[in-house]
Amino acid sequence: MSAALRRASMRVLFALAFVFACGGLSAQAIDPLPFKDHAEETRFQHLTRELRCLVCQNENLADSNADLARDLRHQVFDLMRQGKSDAEIKQYLVDRYSDFVLYDPPVQGSTLLLWFGPLLILLAGAAVVVVTVRRRSRAQAPAANGTGANERSPNDEGDDW
Amino acid sequence: MTPELGQLALILALLLALAQGVLPLLGAWRGNGALMAVARPAAAGQAVFVAMAFGVLSWAFLHFDFSVRYVADNSNLALPWYYRLAAVWGAHEGSLLLWIFILNLWTVALAAFSRRLPEVFVARVLGVLGLVAVGFLAFIVFTSNPFERLLPMPPDGGDLNPVLQDPGMTFHPPVLYMGYVGFSVAFAFSIAALLGGELEQAWVRWARPWTNVAWGFLSAGIVAGSWWAYAELGWGGWWFWDPVENASFMPWLVGAALIHAQAVTEKRGALRAWTILLSIFAFSLSLLGTFLVRSGVLTSVHAFASDPKRGLFILCFLAVVVGGSLLLYALRAPKVAGGKPFGVVSRETAILIGNLMLTVAAAMVLLGTLFPLLGDALNLGKISVGPPYFGFLFTLLMIPIVLLLPFGPYLRWGEKGGLPPLKNVAVRAGIAALACAIAAAFTTGWALKAIAGTAAAVWCCVGTLLYVLKRWREMPAGRRYPAEMAGMLLAHFGVGVFLAGVLLTEALSVERDVRMAPGQVQTIGGYDFRFDGVHVADGPNWQGDQGTVTVMRNGREIAVMHPQKRTYTRGQVQTESAIDAGVTRDLYVALGEPMDRNDPEGAWALRLYHKPFVRWIWAGGLLMMLGGFFSAADKRFRLRREAEQKVAAAVQESHA
Amino acid sequence: MSRLVPFFGFLLLVALFGFGIWWNTRHDQREVPSPLINKPAPAYALPKLDDPAQTVTREAMLGKPYLINVFASWCIACGEEHPVLMSEGQRIGVPLVGYNYKDEPDEAKAWLARHGNPYGLIIADREGRTAIDFGVYGAPETFLVDAKGVIRYKRIGPLTPEVIENELKPAIAALRKEAP
Repeated sequence: MSAALRRASMRVLFALAFVFACGGLSAQAIDPLPFKDHAEETRFQHLTRELRCLVCQNENLADSNADLARDLRHQVFDLMRQGKSDAEIKQYLVDRYSDFVLYDPPVQGSTLLLWFGPLLILLAGAAVVVVTVRRRSRAQAPAANGTGANERSPNDEGDDW
Repeated sequence: MTPELGQLALILALLLALAQGVLPLLGAWRGNGALMAVARPAAAGQAVFVAMAFGVLSWAFLHFDFSVRYVADNSNLALPWYYRLAAVWGAHEGSLLLWIFILNLWTVALAAFSRRLPEVFVARVLGVLGLVAVGFLAFIVFTSNPFERLLPMPPDGGDLNPVLQDPGMTFHPPVLYMGYVGFSVAFAFSIAALLGGELEQAWVRWARPWTNVAWGFLSAGIVAGSWWAYAELGWGGWWFWDPVENASFMPWLVGAALIHAQAVTEKRGALRAWTILLSIFAFSLSLLGTFLVRSGVLTSVHAFASDPKRGLFILCFLAVVVGGSLLLYALRAPKVAGGKPFGVVSRETAILIGNLMLTVAAAMVLLGTLFPLLGDALNLGKISVGPPYFGFLFTLLMIPIVLLLPFGPYLRWGEKGGLPPLKNVAVRAGIAALACAIAAAFTTGWALKAIAGTAAAVWCCVGTLLYVLKRWREMPAGRRYPAEMAGMLLAHFGVGVFLAGVLLTEALSVERDVRMAPGQVQTIGGYDFRFDGVHVADGPNWQGDQGTVTVMRNGREIAVMHPQKRTYTRGQVQTESAIDAGVTRDLYVALGEPMDRNDPEGAWALRLYHKPFVRWIWAGGLLMMLGGFFSAADKRFRLRREAEQKVAAAVQESHA
Repeated sequence: MSRLVPFFGFLLLVALFGFGIWWNTRHDQREVPSPLINKPAPAYALPKLDDPAQTVTREAMLGKPYLINVFASWCIACGEEHPVLMSEGQRIGVPLVGYNYKDEPDEAKAWLARHGNPYGLIIADREGRTAIDFGVYGAPETFLVDAKGVIRYKRIGPLTPEVIENELKPAIAALRKEAP
């Protein structure tokens, strides 16, 4: 086997291991844990929904049926029982698996553009809208000669429709 | 029927598409009637051959022709016929064939229903559509041939991914593509307008019904996808901000902005450049979506196989089509603000603000979807962007739209109309919203999302209904609700229904993983779920376990649910959840594993859900779809003879 | 002039996508870089595979660099990687420690008997708890731990001769330069 072909086939095999775990709906994600009350269960669900499964990388920890996901869910449960806060639990996982395990990108230097980009676009767009509306309303001045804003379209169905 | 016939048909279609693309545009440029007249016949011919290819592939699936690699990869002897047909578009090559097939449907429809439009304009529109078709057909013929042979022919095939073996599979892709691909018509109209330099309002009026129908289909397609994910994939989830979902949502957002901008341009002549730009954006995002899911640039649970060669091809195609259009726009778009002026408090301004929010939302979704790639490019590390980002920002951006929604029909074009009608609506809808919000607060224990959802939904729905009442009172029968207005009202009402569905479901859903022995009962949301054990079951191409769960409320039996765990012919395991659908709630049960693998008669793990109002999400989406279709049906869009002859004459003059 | 903004913005997008396609040919998209590089390896105390009464700890392993290779009998890619370990393992220059991940000891031993044993020492993590501390999310994975117990390099996926030559050996050489 040529070296390139071996590399490619290894990659495929490595990837294949994940295909069989993910992408279908096997049932391991259903994992009853001994919650002491509804509030604890809800907190667990919220927490695991915000964490990414590293094996089935397009699923969250709550829904993934990968073995690792099960292990990590139990780990999260243990940490909850130890009294750790949500932030501490997330930090625990980030320390081991990097920020990638969080679905909520932390606001930091590398994600400034991500979090503030839309605001910048909004401000730029708002400026354009303001300029457009200003220009258009100034153009209303020559309304007196009947070609201004008040003219109704010929198919008016009432209410300027 | 030999598959090579299909291949030949595609090559012929490509040649005809070339003719359809190049010749009429040349003819329109040179004023050559003969070249322009090639458009319709070429389009018809292309459609015939594409339909033939599609038919040949379907035939191959129906008749188990495993000598065709695509058929062997995506079906097997045990797959029922309806899923064998759906498998035609189940993977990359076939879905591209579906794309071009639907493009041909739109093209033929346009060719048929455009006889009253000026010949030059039609030639350009069909020409542009022809060029788009050339790109896709070339892509199929040169890199993604669905008719490639697999020899020696295997005795049996692989399998269609079990997740795709669902009724949703049969209509989600075609309906979605009807929308995606349908934006090519608005795009072609805009390019034709830019090329011809005729920028009178008339072309926008012609474009509007096509755009509204496309947007309606896209709405339905997204709804179908969401519902299918809920039933098949999602553990009760209905939207994941997955890259491929985002790829369909961005054109929808821009399409919504486009239909409003087209309304302004058609009726008031204003915002012409914006309308053109938005139609280019909408179709570009459709093409972008096609690129994203097939190039491997982003991973997604939904993506087709990735291949750098294919990725590069689509990228070049994208660059030429979109880059070319944007360059054309920069050079030829109207530079002087035309049309009637408008004041600060006017319908135009409201639409501008709404469009701003929709466009920024689309940009935000694009940014979030592409940011991981940007992170790699700029060496920022491996960045993860998920629902917390998208959901948060999207909600913020939609707030201005929700607030403005009821005022739309009450605002006037151009001038500031009376403020009293606006104040009237605001007060009435506001009080209704507040009252319902307070009711929601008490009945849901001050669940914030439930309160917000109720308030927003009532604000939109009551605001829209107030206008319905106004028209009822003030206009004579037969003139109360022109189709275009009815469409607007339906869609706006649908927004309210959608908001209620989303926020109430998020606030009030209950999910629980439980271990249950036969006979045990769990109570969620007032419903008692009794587990009645598991039996063996099978289907045409699967075997598995079927559980029985009886649901009761106040002692009365409501439903008997049968969640299953299936093993398909190729070994894939799939959980088929049982759903008891209802108008005010869904009950959802998924079967897990037996607690003790050696004792299937004993206790099992189950996941139970109570999901209030989840169907309102899709009901709202379907109302929006209906709105799009109704608006398109307005008789104003069917040109009357004198009007179009005047237009045609004016256009001929400008060419003389 | 501002009419050209969409065009240039789009060109940037095309450049980004072009980069994306290129990047994909060189990298595995699924790879998640480890945050533990240049951080101390987590404290561990794991039993030996062939003698569970004996425990191996991080402290016991200090003093010399070594490789930890995460493997399992159920892991197909490990089977592909194994011949490379068998042939190159001795020549890498640092001890190779096998980390048996979420496996049955009997099955692991049978697998090694079938495929050969390139490891000087094998530790077993049946539940995978310690592996979480290492940030393991699949098999095979390989860690290079230096004499002070700090993780200096992680390979996600099978080791190949190219990776050993181009990445692992230089990393080991860099260690030797620091502390001869």
